[in-house]
Amino acid sequence: MIGPGSGSLTAAVAYHLARRAHWRGLEIAFWAITLLTIFLLPGKHLILTEIAILGLFALSLDLLIGYAGVLSLGHAAYFGFGAYAAGLFAKHGIIGEPFFALLAAGLATAALGFATSFLVLRGSDLTRLMVTLGVSLVLREIANRYDGLTGGADGLQGITVAPLFGRFAFDISGHVAYVYSLAVLFILFLVARRIIYSPFGLSLRAVKGNPLRAAAIGIGVNWRLVWIYTIAAAYAGIAGALLTQTAQFCSLDVLSFDRSADLLVVLILGGTGYLYGGLIGAILFKLAQDWIAGITPQYWQFWIGLTLVVIVLVGSERMAGLLGPIRKLVQKA
Amino acid sequence: MPFALETVGATVHFGGIYAVNEVSLRVEKGARHALIGPNGAGKTTLINLLTGVLQPSAGKILLEGNDITGLAPHRRVGLGLTRTFQINQLFGDLTPLETIGLAVSERMGSGGDWWRVAGSRPSVDKQIVEILERFHLADVMLERTATLPYGKQRLLEIAVAIACRPQVLLLDEPAAGVPEDERHEILASVAALPKDVTVLFIEHDMDLVFSFADRISVMVNGALFTEGTPDEVANDARVKAVYLGEDVVDE
Repeated sequence: MIGPGSGSLTAAVAYHLARRAHWRGLEIAFWAITLLTIFLLPGKHLILTEIAILGLFALSLDLLIGYAGVLSLGHAAYFGFGAYAAGLFAKHGIIGEPFFALLAAGLATAALGFATSFLVLRGSDLTRLMVTLGVSLVLREIANRYDGLTGGADGLQGITVAPLFGRFAFDISGHVAYVYSLAVLFILFLVARRIIYSPFGLSLRAVKGNPLRAAAIGIGVNWRLVWIYTIAAAYAGIAGALLTQTAQFCSLDVLSFDRSADLLVVLILGGTGYLYGGLIGAILFKLAQDWIAGITPQYWQFWIGLTLVVIVLVGSERMAGLLGPIRKLVQKA
Repeated sequence: MPFALETVGATVHFGGIYAVNEVSLRVEKGARHALIGPNGAGKTTLINLLTGVLQPSAGKILLEGNDITGLAPHRRVGLGLTRTFQINQLFGDLTPLETIGLAVSERMGSGGDWWRVAGSRPSVDKQIVEILERFHLADVMLERTATLPYGKQRLLEIAVAIACRPQVLLLDEPAAGVPEDERHEILASVAALPKDVTVLFIEHDMDLVFSFADRISVMVNGALFTEGTPDEVANDARVKAVYLGEDVVDE
């Protein structure tokens, strides 16, 4: 059967395997608009920084849920660990320069993610939910208990973050913080994109789809999951470290269950498995929070709760139907 | 010369129920070895044992004379032991192209590459093309697997296993549920395998068994009942009574 057609078939195979990795118009537009916010919305840089950090955190969870099919109810464990790591680095002058401190916090969190992945990846979905939740609760109590190191319930006080690269001091209106957070988000997005569209990324989708078959074609399922869990932990840790550095403060709140739960809401709003879900979800979540809190400060959670109930009742299928065309545009345009 | 695949007293029991009971099966290199027996005889359980999906309660499994009893399923694939499933186990959201691509790149050691765009290794692409053409899957290679007609899915099920380039191939009812007119495509693909590839297959279709197998093992109630050439098994009165007889009663 290897006839004259197989040359073009080889080309087609190479093209279509790589096709997902091609940049689409909407993606470029998304990042162009994001870049423009630096210049066009200087008064909104504080909330935009929060959005960028939440987006990065959500991207981290999307790598787990959307690509590897690993559910987590305690992803704040890694966010919080990175946040405290960055806080301690700055407070004790261990690593003064923020960018290197950020990398170090990411590496430290990756190590934690690697170590805990072996606990988490045992068992089924429900087991994983409980173990991830457990890990985050344990970490929060450790932070609470060792208040000599972490400041306990009072939070980690007295953090002064040195100027970025020794040149750009963090200003009160958050311009440097926003550009910094956005740059980190964009770089890590590019790295995630690269990983997702690699053979490794493809194998994650196989593991998510059918672990039995994945093993039957020679994929070492457990190790693939260990690595993506480690990478996701590093991303979450860097997001947490960004929060500490830009807010110059860190409290137990970074490890709270609410933070893990909010993150799931973000991903429900934005969708999973197409890389932009976490970012779009973060924008929707923060804007809704800001908007509703402006109208009824006390009842903001009521409205988020109601929205969630509606989304679930309308059904994720139908939501997917609603968002499907948009997603197709993002993927194919 | 060691056997391609051998079990020594392999046993699996779930509580008091012995699904596989002290089975010592020997499959010669290059054999077309059929495993038959009534439903519930433990044939699929034995395949799960051979591939590492289940761990034996007792006994050993040898591949080319090497003990693989404790090896993880994916490591066995690396050693050349591959299987297909009785009920399709495919990646519904992936395309046949991606599915075969996964198997080929895993075999060629680049399945874990994380800093390279998929499709960018010509040696892998070439082998993917070879499999797609051999199994006539090129025209549907971009469809979602879940939307393919059953016959095509069944073909993909076998194509993926062969993309792993097995030394020993375990086929669990390869033609099950496939319409008559699509059957020959699947059988032809199996028949076209190189002679030195060992095939152990489970099948209920006796015409198929007797036309294809050069060796037949009969399992009944978790144990190996008898073994022989197709002629020997066909003329074995006990097999007729126990296996074929039961089959007649079943229907």
